[in-house]
Amino acid sequence: MSAGVGVDLENLWIRFGDFVAVRDANVNINGGEFFSFLGPSGCGKTTILRAVSGFLDPSEGNVLIGGKNMKGIGPNKRPTALIFQNLALFPLMKIWENITFSMEIKGASAAQRRKRADELLDMIALPGQGDKLPSELSGGQRQRVAIARALCAEPDVLLLDEPLSALDLKLRQHMRTELREIQQRVGITFIYITHDQGEALTMSDSIAVMRAGVIDQIADGKTIYNDPNTAFAASFVGENNVFRGKVKKVMDNEVLISTNRSGDLVARVSTANQGKMSEGDAAMMFIRPEAFTIAPTGAAGDHFVTARVNHEEFEGNAFNIFTEGEGGKEIKVSIPNHGQSFEDHTGQNITLEYETRNAVAVPAGELAAE
Amino acid sequence: MPGFLKEFFNRNGIGMGAAILGFVLFWTIGLIILPQLSMLDFSFRPNLPPPEIGGPKDVYTLENYKYLVFGPEGGSQDYNTVDLRVFFRTLVAAVCVTIFNLIICYPIAYYLGQTEGSHIRIFAIMLIIPYWINEILRAFALRIIFGETGVLNTLFVGLGIWDVPFDFIRNDIALYAGLGYAYILLMIFPMYNVIESLDRNQIEAARDLGAPWWRIHWRVVIPYAKPGISSGCTMVFMLSAGALAAPQILGGPSSLWFTQLIYQQFNDNNDWPQGAAYAIVLLVTCILFVLAVMRLFKVNMGDIGK
Ligand SMILES: Nc1ncnc2c1ncn2[C@@H]1O[C@H](COP(=O)(O)OP(=O)(O)O)[C@@H](O)[C@H]1O
Ligand SMILES: [Mg+2]
Repeated sequence: MSAGVGVDLENLWIRFGDFVAVRDANVNINGGEFFSFLGPSGCGKTTILRAVSGFLDPSEGNVLIGGKNMKGIGPNKRPTALIFQNLALFPLMKIWENITFSMEIKGASAAQRRKRADELLDMIALPGQGDKLPSELSGGQRQRVAIARALCAEPDVLLLDEPLSALDLKLRQHMRTELREIQQRVGITFIYITHDQGEALTMSDSIAVMRAGVIDQIADGKTIYNDPNTAFAASFVGENNVFRGKVKKVMDNEVLISTNRSGDLVARVSTANQGKMSEGDAAMMFIRPEAFTIAPTGAAGDHFVTARVNHEEFEGNAFNIFTEGEGGKEIKVSIPNHGQSFEDHTGQNITLEYETRNAVAVPAGELAAE
Repeated sequence: MPGFLKEFFNRNGIGMGAAILGFVLFWTIGLIILPQLSMLDFSFRPNLPPPEIGGPKDVYTLENYKYLVFGPEGGSQDYNTVDLRVFFRTLVAAVCVTIFNLIICYPIAYYLGQTEGSHIRIFAIMLIIPYWINEILRAFALRIIFGETGVLNTLFVGLGIWDVPFDFIRNDIALYAGLGYAYILLMIFPMYNVIESLDRNQIEAARDLGAPWWRIHWRVVIPYAKPGISSGCTMVFMLSAGALAAPQILGGPSSLWFTQLIYQQFNDNNDWPQGAAYAIVLLVTCILFVLAVMRLFKVNMGDIGK
């Protein structure tokens, strides 16, 4: 896995005038890794990618590819290939010419290019389509042509800027699997940008969660999902219920939080914040919808929440219960459906139970916008 | 009624539709087609004094066209070498002006089209403002620059770079500069229009795949800009070949432009049929030439309208 070429960002700052688009980013991407930058639109993901590909000079700090500082090296000389958000296929070139454009530059003969194009077209499951124009292909097919064109340049690092965002849901999910397969087959480093946490979680070896120019957390998907560093990471990745309050008591790696509406609740302090939360601090606590179970009425304690049910819905694989929560926000509870009978609680008070390890406490902070 | 007409009337209403249609028809037929047809008619008739018009001598003839090729009947030469030479020289010179113009304007159009910022607007205005000045003034202003005692000669002779003033006018440099300058906008704007709509990402994609700048232009920008390039080149070629003021003012004494011959026929010789025949030969040749070049570069007629 570590055979490929790694990418390092060292103290990277990128400013546009007074505006700071990327603030002191430090990232080590291992060779051969599928690495994602995940963050909402406008948080600086494309900007980072452009700095890696060489279209943008960092204001401060360095981009290293394969340990080599890229300062002063133009995009046409870097061992990277970028797949643009809008693909940017050449509309007047045939598919095979598009795919082998990088070989044309190196002076390869038409016959060589044809041959390579056919190989790549087979790989992306579009055999025999080389003589069409990009406009004659569907969105998903164009997507794959863009990948083939980038791979044809034999880059050490493939950079992908939200490449699936233009596709419909079904195709997007299919392409996730396909991209992951391609990455494992070619074994080069992929740096993938997305605002879709599902994409990041399913495909990546590692994920950097970004918020307004700042990287909050870098970890594998499971860690980010289960052990977020910040309120933003907890609320941006996956669905989460937030409980606001103050730290009432610190017990090793657990805290008791006096919440605004749900009484005193116990939570595990997320790994990065252990030892950093003290009594009286404003805190937030996150519990995922699927981490709740319905407890017998009357149960009470520091891992029980009692709330009134607003409404319920049946989603097929789960029953969703929405109860009154803080500040107009509801608490969502998701009970997996395995054929059990399920009574309607609408209008009733129910008691919800969770396990302490499933409640994560972080210092109070900015939440992701809905 | 064909579908497009029906839709046209539905959209504009019968009254308004009829008015628009009537105006367009008047414009195209009354002001363009009929006068040109009467020119065509002239060109096939002998030049007769007014009393004989409509008389027995007023018959269709190819004389006026023959004259361009063979000269006056019983003349000393087999071919009308003087006029033919002017004719071909004009065409070649118009091609040169067009190419020269294209080379200068492409970088400007590319810069205007692909750069962002408010200074682009200022550049565009600076390009447009000189065109408020009429053509004659602009041409004479160039004489001030290129004349024997003009700015350039004064400068270079004064600096001791040249011993004697260089005759820009006799060497046609002033003429080419004048023609090139006259149509610069007609070259820049069609190209600018197309290049402006080119997705920057395509240029960056080509660069990312390793292309040097010239190949990006050759493979990505120029093919995309082809409709604009052909539109600009066609206009500059047609207008250069048909220009009159610039050759009159900036041409050397010996360098006649074919339009000047046409003008002489109409004006000095008072031979409208002959003038009409020359003008039609010029027009038809230019059209055929443009169509041939368009075919060579695989440009569609529809692209010209872009
Ligand atoms: N060339 C630029 N000039 C000024 N601001 C820019 C420029 N490029 C990006 N930005 C700003 O930087 C921020 C991050 O942009 P971007 O990296 O494109 O975000 P995203 O995460 O959606 O890809 C945005 O607020 C954007 O407006
Ligand atoms: Mg982006």
